[in-house]
Amino acid sequence: MSDLSPTRSPESNMDDSRSEADAVSMPLIAPLAAEQQSVSIETREVVFDLKDINVYYGTALALEGVTMQIYKNVITAMIGPSGCGKSTFVRSLNRMNDSIPGFRLTGNALYHGNDIYASSVDPVEVRRRIGMVFQKPNPFPKSIYDNVAWAPRILGMRSGLDERVEQALRGAALWDEVKDRLKRSALGLSGGQQQRLCIARSIAIEPDVLLLDEPASALDPIATASIEELMHQLKRDYTLVIVTHNMQQAARVAERTAFFSLEVSEGKRTGVLVEYDDTTKIFTRPSDKRTEDYVTGRFG
Amino acid sequence: MRRHFGDRFGDGVLFGLTVLASLVAMALIVAIIYQVINGASLAVSTYGLSFLGHTTWNPVTNTYGAGSFIYGTLVTSGGALLLAAPLGIAIGLYLSLLASRRVGAVIGPLVELLAAIPSVILGLWGIVILGPFLRSSIESALHSALGWIPLFGQASLTGLGLFTAILILTIMALPIIASITRDLFLSVAPELKDGALALGVTRWEMVRGVVLSSTRPGIASACILGLSRALGEAIAVLQVIGGGSQSLIHGNLFANGDTLASRIASQILDNVTKLQTPSVFYLALILLVIELIVNLAARWIVHHYRLPDQAAT
Ligand SMILES: Nc1ncnc2c1ncn2[C@@H]1O[C@H](COP(=O)(O)OP(=O)(O)O)[C@@H](O)[C@H]1O
Ligand SMILES: [Mg+2]
Repeated sequence: MSDLSPTRSPESNMDDSRSEADAVSMPLIAPLAAEQQSVSIETREVVFDLKDINVYYGTALALEGVTMQIYKNVITAMIGPSGCGKSTFVRSLNRMNDSIPGFRLTGNALYHGNDIYASSVDPVEVRRRIGMVFQKPNPFPKSIYDNVAWAPRILGMRSGLDERVEQALRGAALWDEVKDRLKRSALGLSGGQQQRLCIARSIAIEPDVLLLDEPASALDPIATASIEELMHQLKRDYTLVIVTHNMQQAARVAERTAFFSLEVSEGKRTGVLVEYDDTTKIFTRPSDKRTEDYVTGRFG
Repeated sequence: MRRHFGDRFGDGVLFGLTVLASLVAMALIVAIIYQVINGASLAVSTYGLSFLGHTTWNPVTNTYGAGSFIYGTLVTSGGALLLAAPLGIAIGLYLSLLASRRVGAVIGPLVELLAAIPSVILGLWGIVILGPFLRSSIESALHSALGWIPLFGQASLTGLGLFTAILILTIMALPIIASITRDLFLSVAPELKDGALALGVTRWEMVRGVVLSSTRPGIASACILGLSRALGEAIAVLQVIGGGSQSLIHGNLFANGDTLASRIASQILDNVTKLQTPSVFYLALILLVIELIVNLAARWIVHHYRLPDQAAT
């Protein structure tokens, strides 16, 4: 698994081939087009190269034939109707599905060129590099500080722990709100703060990729806005994949959008990737009728 | 209208019944404590606190003391807790987190069935099978290998003694601790476990850092319940612990001992001298106080382990 190491550190990453404009105060309704077309997507480094991925739960085929590439330092959104396999898909990217009885994946899932489902790969190492934030904020019943410091301590990042915790909390735009109560329980935070704490917890171990499965769906609009703003800041250092059922959210935050849909045949419902392209294209000039129906709200 | 009246009447009856039931329970507790104190009063006034330190109990010579039994109670219950807690927690972890659903569905109920075995039957098994087995294999082996440690002294002829009692009490406390901790671990939100695993920690690190650490008060309560079971057990202990009228305070786990509960059970129908029954009540009083202390300790532990300002904003 040692060859799975990401080729970057958060610092080296800052001078990537990105425009600096998105660094700090990104407006919430992002002016996507201008910024995005400045760098063509083909020149980006590929983080995930997925070929013909099928996912089964027992004998049920939940996801069929997904082929796509996910690019470095880009926010990629997954949209589609409920049950079409978005969560299944992102959870497959860091082997979070391993513990689900009956889960099986076929196809080729390459991460920086390495097959993450190869038998020699330790799923713990995969998750170490590919973090995940869940739909429901799930802070540990520990102090705010310990929520962030727990994993670094276990993973042997003990030196400069205080600074690491502060950096992570700043990175998640939470520091100013909690710096005076780090020893207090995380459970006393509001939902939006808890979710940002979960993001801080994830970035404290300096992952390469952050997967976010509907991270704002349990939050109010103000908390949602702060999460979205945060994502714009995070993509400088991380590759982000966000699942959302909210199309406006995808349009606001993502450069690339994948539309998943449910195919029904012989009474079996299977998720498929219908279309994957620049977000602007998906929302203005989709090439598939099903995408168009969905993004214009005509989806049944 | 009539239904309305009926509802109200029903409410009133229900309320009355619940109040009555609580009052009866309270009255019973008060009455029992009063009668234990009352029954013990002659022994208390005769011996005072020196009863606690006196180590022989011999109705023939009219000498009574609780020292040996307090010692035996602490050793057997403490020993049983020491064995049952890690084992029970391990079983709880296994059943809740590691076992496949099918294996869990078989082993889980089996563990609970262990709690359903009447203690007198467990004691019988202790006399006939466990005791002789321990004596011939385990105790003699431990004695010859580690005999220089006072704990592993000469085995008793029957195989009965403190060690056998500890094992029997362990078997009794085990299902309590295992089933409570299993339910406790199952109650830890799957989101928390996922959240931990997503940080690139191993399963065991997740268990230690999230499952065990967030359920510490519950684990402590489970252990205290197991301990209470061990402290109060009389019949099975009486069957396997050996007893005797001499002082039973010694370091040898393989020799005879006795506990408060067991001595109460064996003596209560005897009345050789006037002081015997009051002395038995005195033993009961001591046992009550020990249970009370254990329960208070449990409350303190639960309170102490509460997360920093879980209640605070
Ligand atoms: N743990 C599981 N076991 C069995 N089937 C599952 C499991 N999780 C999801 N599924 C099935 O997989 C399909 C896709 O679900 P999911 O990935 O949660 O969709 P989405 O996130 O797009 O709503 C659904 O049909 C769902 O019933
Ligand atoms: Mg989902």
